[in-house]
Amino acid sequence: MNEFLLVAGMALATMATRIPVLWWLSLHLLSPGIARALKYVPLAVLSAIIAPIVLLSDGKLAFQVDNAPLIASLVAIFISWRTRSLLLTILLGMAVLLGWRALFAP
Amino acid sequence: MRCEFVVGSLIHLMTNLPVPSTPDSPRAALIAGARDTFPLLVGAWPFGVIFGALAVTSGFSPWGAAAMSAFVFAGSAQFIAVGLSAASTPAAVIILTTFIVNLRHMLYSATLAPHLNRLPRGWLLPLGFWLTDESFVVAAKHFTEADQSPHKHWYLLGSEFAMYANWQLVTWIGILAGQAIQDPRSWGLDFAMVVTFIGMLVPLVKGRPALAAVLIAGGAALLTYGLPNQLGLLLAALFGIAAGVLAERIWPTTESAA
Repeated sequence: MNEFLLVAGMALATMATRIPVLWWLSLHLLSPGIARALKYVPLAVLSAIIAPIVLLSDGKLAFQVDNAPLIASLVAIFISWRTRSLLLTILLGMAVLLGWRALFAP
Repeated sequence: MRCEFVVGSLIHLMTNLPVPSTPDSPRAALIAGARDTFPLLVGAWPFGVIFGALAVTSGFSPWGAAAMSAFVFAGSAQFIAVGLSAASTPAAVIILTTFIVNLRHMLYSATLAPHLNRLPRGWLLPLGFWLTDESFVVAAKHFTEADQSPHKHWYLLGSEFAMYANWQLVTWIGILAGQAIQDPRSWGLDFAMVVTFIGMLVPLVKGRPALAAVLIAGGAALLTYGLPNQLGLLLAALFGIAAGVLAERIWPTTESAA
């Protein structure tokens, strides 16, 4: 399969998730119940993306001290909570990850 | 124009100048959207560089990798596609996986749509095509603020345009670096996405219902991780949303989510 056909297919599949709902719902009002539920979308989706990456290793829970992503995430959560600064959270989180990895490198 | 956004963002970050919270012209709203997205651009740098490098080291041509960033423009789906492609997965399966991984955009669209219902239809095509996790979170926060700025779609567009231009740039850096790097993933830079998302998530956690949504979505994502095509992500998100709604009934007086 040509890689450009693959990219075209992926582009169409992605647009199908981005445009039709926007189009339809901008014409029709949402019920208040649904609108209230949608408040939780960013919270729920971001949490569902992050949790397995940080807490699982080869499909198993990884709470060891050498799980650098876990340590770095805990630090990032703390920094974000205290400072509310996105940039600081990203930079210090990455620094902790790389530092912790170097510390536990075989 | 993009340069102006970045310079504006840098100046804002360095001097922390007070900026009016209600941009009163389309241009001001466009710039405000890009400026508020700046930290997320930084967060996307390592991620985009790794994508470009990974794509060309797993069999994509430089133009194929660049086309994916230009026309698909969905970081996590692009990563997964490169991984599947390297494992000789049929294109139809990769395309279906892309669709499922990106289904969360439907939830984003549904959230933003009520704020965009007075726009001419033509606006919805670029606003939808460029929608990402990052611009969604930035815009959703801005849209729920009480003011009645008539230029909120310009704000979203500014955020999206900054993300898009940034993503093309870092993809190309990765593509060019890819020929030199052996195992780009081993650098750990793909973790940048996680800290970026943590930085987006934590300020949203206000009140018990929000915390319930986070814990249940995260827990459900762990339990459903084995499901194919990242279906677990979608299920976990739905569980988290349900948890937030139910928790709101238990603690109705608590300040709710953003």
